[in-house]
Amino acid sequence: MNSQPILKSGFTLAIIAAVCTGLVALTWQLTTARIAANEQAWLEQSLQPALSGLSFDNNVSESMIVLQPPHDLPGSVPAIIYRAYAGNQPVAALFLVTARGGYSGPIRVLIGIDVAGSVTGVRVIQHIETPGLGDRIEASRSDWVLQFDGLSLRNPEPARWAIKRDGGDFDQLTGASVTPRAVIKAIKETLHYFDANADTIFAAMAQSDAEEAN
Amino acid sequence: MPTSLANRFMDGLWRENPGLVQLLGLCPLLAVTATFVNGLGLGIATLMVLMASNALVSATRRWIQPEIRIPIYVLIIASLVTCIELIFKAWFPALDRSLGIFIPLIVTNCAIVARAEVFASRNSVASSILDGLVMGTGFAFLLMAIGAFRELLGQGSIFARMDMLLGGEPIHGIILNDGGWLLMVLPPGAFFSLALAIAAKNAIDRRRRETRNTLSRRTRPLNR
Repeated sequence: MNSQPILKSGFTLAIIAAVCTGLVALTWQLTTARIAANEQAWLEQSLQPALSGLSFDNNVSESMIVLQPPHDLPGSVPAIIYRAYAGNQPVAALFLVTARGGYSGPIRVLIGIDVAGSVTGVRVIQHIETPGLGDRIEASRSDWVLQFDGLSLRNPEPARWAIKRDGGDFDQLTGASVTPRAVIKAIKETLHYFDANADTIFAAMAQSDAEEAN
Repeated sequence: MPTSLANRFMDGLWRENPGLVQLLGLCPLLAVTATFVNGLGLGIATLMVLMASNALVSATRRWIQPEIRIPIYVLIIASLVTCIELIFKAWFPALDRSLGIFIPLIVTNCAIVARAEVFASRNSVASSILDGLVMGTGFAFLLMAIGAFRELLGQGSIFARMDMLLGGEPIHGIILNDGGWLLMVLPPGAFFSLALAIAAKNAIDRRRRETRNTLSRRTRPLNR
C-alpha cells in the first residue's frame, strides 16, 4: 500500500531523466560537428605564430606525437610535438609543454624550433598568472614572448638563458619575475631536448609515411 | 497589462534583483566580472538557463510530487546547462574559453533553483518564462555593470574583446588609459564592486523612501 507513492515518484523521476538525457543528446548531435571544427581551427590558429616565415607542405596539426609522462620535456602532464616538413625534409618541430614553477599554476607554452635549433616562435597557450603582472607573457598583452624568436642554445649560451636578475640575458616583467623565470626555463629545457632528440622526432614521421606507402 | 509587466521588470531589475537584493549566484558574479564582455556572456547564458528551467519546471509542476521536486530541479537545470555549454562551444568558442569553468558552474547558481522553487513551481508556464526573463535580465545587468566598472578601473578600457561574442576581428574596445588599478581585476575588486553596488542601491532606495514620506506627510498622516 505504501509502496504506491514511491513507485510513482520513481516513475516520474525516470521519465524526466529520460527526457533530459534526450535533450542533451539532441543538442550534442546538433553541435558536435561545429565543436570539433572549432577545436581544430583553434589548434591551427594557436600553432600559427610558431610557424610564421617557414615553408612547409604537410598538415602540421595532424603530425602529432603525444609523449606520456615521464618524459624529458618540461612538465609532468602529456607533452605534444607537432612537426612541419617540406617534402620529406624536416622544417621545424612545435612543442606544447607545461612550464612548472609559475606564480599561480602550470603554464602551457607552445615553442617552435626549426631544424637548425633556433626558436621560431613562443606563445603562452594557457595560464592562470596574475592579471596585469604575470599575464604580460601573453603575446596580446606585451612583446615579451617575441624576444626569443631566432635565438638558440648557441645564442645566447645556455647559462645566459635566464632573466637579468639571475644573470641572464632576458628581461623580467616589472613586478613579476617568477612567471618569466618559469617560461624561460621551459624554453631552455625544450631546446636541450630538441638538440638531443631531433633525429628521433623527425624520423617518426618518415617512418609512418613509409608504413603508409607499404 | 502594461503596468503589471513594468512592475515585474522593476522587481527583477531593482526591487528583487537576484544579485543585489536576494544575494544569489554570487560565486559566478564575483568570479567572472573582471571584464564587461565576460559579464555579458555569463549574463546571457544564465538568462537562457533561467528561462528554460522556469519553463520546464512550470510545465511539469502538476506531475511532480513535492518530495522529489529538488532532484528533478537539479536534473532539469543540469541538462539545460550542459546544452547551453555545448551551444556556447559551438557558436561562441572564444567566449567559452574565456568563461571556462563558469558556464558548467551555472548549475550551482542558486538563483536558478531559487526561482524554480519560489516561482515556477507555483505559476503558469508563460508567467514563469517572464519571471525567468526579468530575473535573468536583472542578474545580467548586474554582471554587466560590475564587469564594466572593474574593467574601467582595473584595465582602463571598456567593451574590450567584444569579438568573443560578436565574432570577427579582435575588438580592443574603448581604451581610456593603458593599465589601471590592478586590485579591481583581482578577486577583492569583485567584492568591493559588489559592496559598492549594494550600498548605492540601498542609498537610492532610502532617499526615495524619504522623499515619499515627506510628500505623504504633507497630505495625510503616516500609516506607520
